[in-house]
Amino acid sequence: MAVDRSLIGATSEPRTFEVERGAIRKFAEAIGDPHPAFRAGEVAPPTFPTTFSMAMPMLKIDPARVLHGEEEYAYERPLRAGDRVTCVRRIVDVYERRGRRLGPLVFVVVETEGRDLEGALLYQGRSTVIVR
Amino acid sequence: MATVVLVPGEAVPPLVKDPITKVQLVKYAGASGDYNLIHTDLETARAAGLPGIIAHGMLSMGFLGQFLVGLAGPEGVRRLRVRFNAVVRPGDVLTCRGTVTSVRDAGRGGRVVALEVWVENQRGERVTAGEAEVLSA
Repeated sequence: MAVDRSLIGATSEPRTFEVERGAIRKFAEAIGDPHPAFRAGEVAPPTFPTTFSMAMPMLKIDPARVLHGEEEYAYERPLRAGDRVTCVRRIVDVYERRGRRLGPLVFVVVETEGRDLEGALLYQGRSTVIVR
Repeated sequence: MATVVLVPGEAVPPLVKDPITKVQLVKYAGASGDYNLIHTDLETARAAGLPGIIAHGMLSMGFLGQFLVGLAGPEGVRRLRVRFNAVVRPGDVLTCRGTVTSVRDAGRGGRVVALEVWVENQRGERVTAGEAEVLSA
């Protein structure tokens, strides 16, 4: 992937996800987290926002060449079953660095905001992917 | 809420996870929606230049989520930031560890506890590492 700094600022269309009880249970089970509120599907584990997958069509990346570099979440409160979360994703940085073994690497930093139906912030995410 | 004493400089009790299995990676792919085949298909992983299938980075971050919930409860996790430093493969045994770096007053009798957190493998390598903030009574 070439470094295309014109991508900085590109923003996704908003998309609304419903937090489903069964999806919470499946997610907690896959992690092996036994917390009763998670196993009952009432409260979502902290990393549950990763299930809100949104395509960024402006980023044309071969998934086999992508490494996950960093991830950050900041929460206003935990997500709960029945929440409807509207997410918007924005590319905030694109830059190149030379890896020690892998040669030139392109870093793409994407921020996400999740809000409730009234527009109140629920969580913020910041993800750095590395394209080999 | 927090049943563990959170004091700056102190390590918190570790969370030792069961060995990573291929079935767990298939389950995590389904539960998270991350169907990148480098996590579940050997042929794809090798074609991508990997030694074999590798775990989702978000799975080890999920373990840290469990670790923090164990300290502060589901309502008490405020922030988690990690860097993925090394690959995790089936059979690896991961342990979540943390050290309290600061405790500050958050008003109304609550406190914000900042921690350095990391996930290490059976060789003691920090495969995922970062920092977190939890609320404590």
